[in-house]
Amino acid sequence: MMPDLGKYAVEVLSAYAVTLGLVVVLVVVSIRQSVRTRTRLRDIEEAQAARRAPPADTARKETASHG
Amino acid sequence: MSLWEYANPRKFMALSGAVLPIAAVGTAVAMVVGLVWGFFFTPDDYRQGSTVKIIYIHVPSAMIAINCWLMMLITSLVWLIRRHHVSALAAKAAAPIGATMTVIALLTGAIWGQPMWGTWWAWDPRLTSFLILFLFYLGYMALWAAVENPDTAAELTSVLCIVGSVFAVLSRYALVFWNQGLHQGASLSLDKEENVSDVFYWPLLICIAGFVGLFITLVLLRTRTEVRDRRLKALIARERMA
Repeated sequence: MMPDLGKYAVEVLSAYAVTLGLVVVLVVVSIRQSVRTRTRLRDIEEAQAARRAPPADTARKETASHG
Repeated sequence: MSLWEYANPRKFMALSGAVLPIAAVGTAVAMVVGLVWGFFFTPDDYRQGSTVKIIYIHVPSAMIAINCWLMMLITSLVWLIRRHHVSALAAKAAAPIGATMTVIALLTGAIWGQPMWGTWWAWDPRLTSFLILFLFYLGYMALWAAVENPDTAAELTSVLCIVGSVFAVLSRYALVFWNQGLHQGASLSLDKEENVSDVFYWPLLICIAGFVGLFITLVLLRTRTEVRDRRLKALIARERMA
């Protein structure tokens, strides 16, 4: 399956290895940054939403008095 | 519907979220087909031997390296003129991709140059302008990292981007301007005499499509990260002030 690269095998294979290596690093770093930022943003949004919402027993009392 | 509507972060996130999976799949298919076709199923060149296979990574990466800077120029101008944050963040997101593609083009060019030209490097107009373009990419990213205020950073990097565009253009047209040096002319041409042979042309075209797809996918992904990061920093700042 491997093509016969003749006397330039080292050059061709190293060019492909360098390229694929750098592309893989770029993709992995981009995905990891994306996941990390998304998780941190979700955590902080949830924490702020929880602080804004009234405590559960207060909400229940208010519902009862209005009902 | 106006294009400017997508400068709204919410609309950008909605559209890019829908486009991203399609772009990623298209990129993967084009990259695999182009590289496998080029590496395994194309013959050696009668002069270059098997080193001709380096064309499938060198030419697309060099094209992306130059055109990435031009994309950054356009988005930087949009920021300077219309003050759309998403455009400044898109330029910031694209820089590491362009820098990586410039390194790939420089390294694969050197690896090809050693057996073909007898040297890894020459202070040829095209090679030199490409090296300077890489240094501009590094300077651009360093400037974003060095300035704390994002709006100031966007302004300063936009100006740097305009200056660096001279080298992006020189990298592309150095051969035409100076007509000297080791680097040969464009591999792809509308002139049938100058264009590469059909046997190399089609896999090369698919590889270029793959690299363009990779660029679009990564720019979308990284811009989404930058938009989220900006919102994250705003929420943290608001929390500290409360």
